[in-house]
Amino acid sequence: MKTDQPKYKTSDVVDFVIVGSGAAGGILAKELSTNGFSVVVLEQGPYLTEKDFVHDEIKVLAEDLLTNKPKLQPNTFRKTPQDKAKPQRALVYGRAVGGTSNHFTANFWRFHEIDFKERGKIGAVAGSTLVDWPISYADLEPYYTKVEWEVGVSGLAGASPFDPPRSRPYPMPPLPVKANGVIFERAARKLGWNPFPAPMAILSQPRAGRSACMNCGFCLSFGCEVGAKSSSLASMIPLAEKSGKCEIRPNSYVHKIEIDEKGRANGAVYFDEKKNVHLQKAKAVILSANGAETPRLLFLSASSKFPDGLANSSGYVGKNLMFNTGAVSIGVFEEQTNDYKGFAVSRILHDFYELDAQKVGFYGGGGLDARYDMTPIGFAMGGLPAGTPRWGREFKAALAHNFTRTFEIFGHGTSLPVMNNGFDVDPDVRDAWGLPALRLTYKDHPDDLKLAHWLADRSMELLDAAGAKQKWTYPIGEQQFGVHLLGTCRMGDDPKTSVINSDHQTHDIKNLFLCDGSSLTTGGRGQPTMTIMALAFRAADRIMALAKRGDLSA
Amino acid sequence: MAALGATWTAAHWPAVVAAAEHAHNAALFPENQKWEFFTSAEAEEVGALASCIIPTDGTPGAREAGVVYFIDRALTTFAADDQKTYRQGLPEIQKRVHELFPEVPLFSAATPEQQQAVLESLDEASAHSVPGRPRGGFRPGSPAQPLFETLRMHTIAGFLIDPDSDHKGNRGGVGWVAIGRELGHSFQPPFSQIDKDYPGWQPASAHKDADKK
Repeated sequence: MKTDQPKYKTSDVVDFVIVGSGAAGGILAKELSTNGFSVVVLEQGPYLTEKDFVHDEIKVLAEDLLTNKPKLQPNTFRKTPQDKAKPQRALVYGRAVGGTSNHFTANFWRFHEIDFKERGKIGAVAGSTLVDWPISYADLEPYYTKVEWEVGVSGLAGASPFDPPRSRPYPMPPLPVKANGVIFERAARKLGWNPFPAPMAILSQPRAGRSACMNCGFCLSFGCEVGAKSSSLASMIPLAEKSGKCEIRPNSYVHKIEIDEKGRANGAVYFDEKKNVHLQKAKAVILSANGAETPRLLFLSASSKFPDGLANSSGYVGKNLMFNTGAVSIGVFEEQTNDYKGFAVSRILHDFYELDAQKVGFYGGGGLDARYDMTPIGFAMGGLPAGTPRWGREFKAALAHNFTRTFEIFGHGTSLPVMNNGFDVDPDVRDAWGLPALRLTYKDHPDDLKLAHWLADRSMELLDAAGAKQKWTYPIGEQQFGVHLLGTCRMGDDPKTSVINSDHQTHDIKNLFLCDGSSLTTGGRGQPTMTIMALAFRAADRIMALAKRGDLSA
Repeated sequence: MAALGATWTAAHWPAVVAAAEHAHNAALFPENQKWEFFTSAEAEEVGALASCIIPTDGTPGAREAGVVYFIDRALTTFAADDQKTYRQGLPEIQKRVHELFPEVPLFSAATPEQQQAVLESLDEASAHSVPGRPRGGFRPGSPAQPLFETLRMHTIAGFLIDPDSDHKGNRGGVGWVAIGRELGHSFQPPFSQIDKDYPGWQPASAHKDADKK
């Protein structure tokens, strides 16, 4: 499939250079190229294919086959801007063609109407920069539908009484139920809650030349070896390549956006695999590098004209990071569930999507899912209850008993945007290319921690109702690490409090667009990729409309 | 449920035993083994230690899974940073054996009870351990940690790694079988008796109607 690609010269002025090939970059590449625009996608990581997607926990997890590599790309962390940051791993993101969509869990919840207009409804929240989106759920609905049909989402329309309106049913029925789904559903109903089949970006039926899920059990953190998981790599990149107008250029590490004397972006500067530097010329530049690397790239591109980084007249680049709140509880059951087989999640509930702050005493909301996302070594290292012997006969017996009788309830929820939380560049630590490392600053808003405890309490109630023989919640504390990288170049109408407008165009540079997790004005209830993909489809329409009007040419 | 598991195990037991015997025979003839990192003496010690961490009882353990071969290869590949931990840690374990049992020359020469006592004295973490869920699964510890912790992690990894990988661990999939994971990488529902008996999803209203009847 790679042979269909055109090869552009770096001196060719292509219509678009896109930085990143993940959830957003893959869709933008497909939409723009199949509509006749010439596109070069610069991807930091390698071009892996299905044959590379092994179930080897050492290669995939310990050696970061699919993800950013701490030895080459160190991070630093601090709680507040007053602290000195210390080296520690601060994030995991997909570093290969397809990005994080290769290895995600594939929970594909749409945002609800409230996610776009919560500030207007509830008013200001102390300590937070919460604002409303410049677009509504209705604006994005057609694009959610597009994701479901073009990228491939399995689910059951109308199954949740809390679902927002939709224009079309899902293209495929839900994935088969797992034992954890059955137990979750029965217990939730006992409690008067409304469980329903999880919408998942995994094919329940063969579709578009791709195989249905074969339930291998190595899903979260792993790539899909049969293309059933609806990653950009499986769904979008092949279509972009077939257009004859798109070149995917892997192992291309962009470290600067080139700005001309008129203050317009005219290309992206990158290291190739051998660390040679190139400039790919383009009429317009789109950053889809994720909510950490997109702001970092804007900082790395600082110049005398843009001393605080590109597109940063607001001072909002890299700020307001939202990781999403999470709490994980575990239950062990008498009967075998064998949930190690298959994808992670088959049942969820949204009864707590919008909590009444007056009643619960904090802002927030979320959902619960029943899941099993631990692979054998990971389970043995962290899946047994406290107090279980860590070696010897009893350890082995506990593994043998619990491995097939355990599952998790995962509470996912809101994070409030806080100005001090974010990613920027570390003044002292550098990566293997000599570039300043990503620095994370993060301290959860107190309401986020209250929500995590509240969701864990509901999970424990559910495990009780389900008759779990043993149950516990993993310690809840301030987050120092994230995988949902949201809000760091947020969308808004006001150039003073946002980085991009509703067309994903930066307020400051007309032909520079940002589209990825950084664009999210609010973080939803913990499942952002569906919304990142819907935004990418919409962004493609908006950007093409601007290009056709001639707004992007000099 | 127990019956289903037992049936499956019974059906696959001959293959499991054959694999275990193969691994055991290999372990019996270390002179045929070309070690990549260990000396034969070190391999003997590491094999004995691993067998205490995941023993052979009613089902295969670290020995049958070939964990020592896995660790030997690990130390020249993905765990090369841990070489020093083993080279310096093994003599310290031997010292501990001498302290506790002056008449015993090596860990591998100690009785099972003596071995248990030595490991208990090395395991400082168990007394105050809290479950920490390794987010995203298995990621390596620090090379600075004591040999016991590194060895424990490597033994678990060598016992439960995908047997189709090229790490030489989990020979014949005996580790997966021991924890009840069916071998293979493709499954079809029903996955258990619980989902087998599930009648299909119904909206809540249907459930409420059924309750009234």
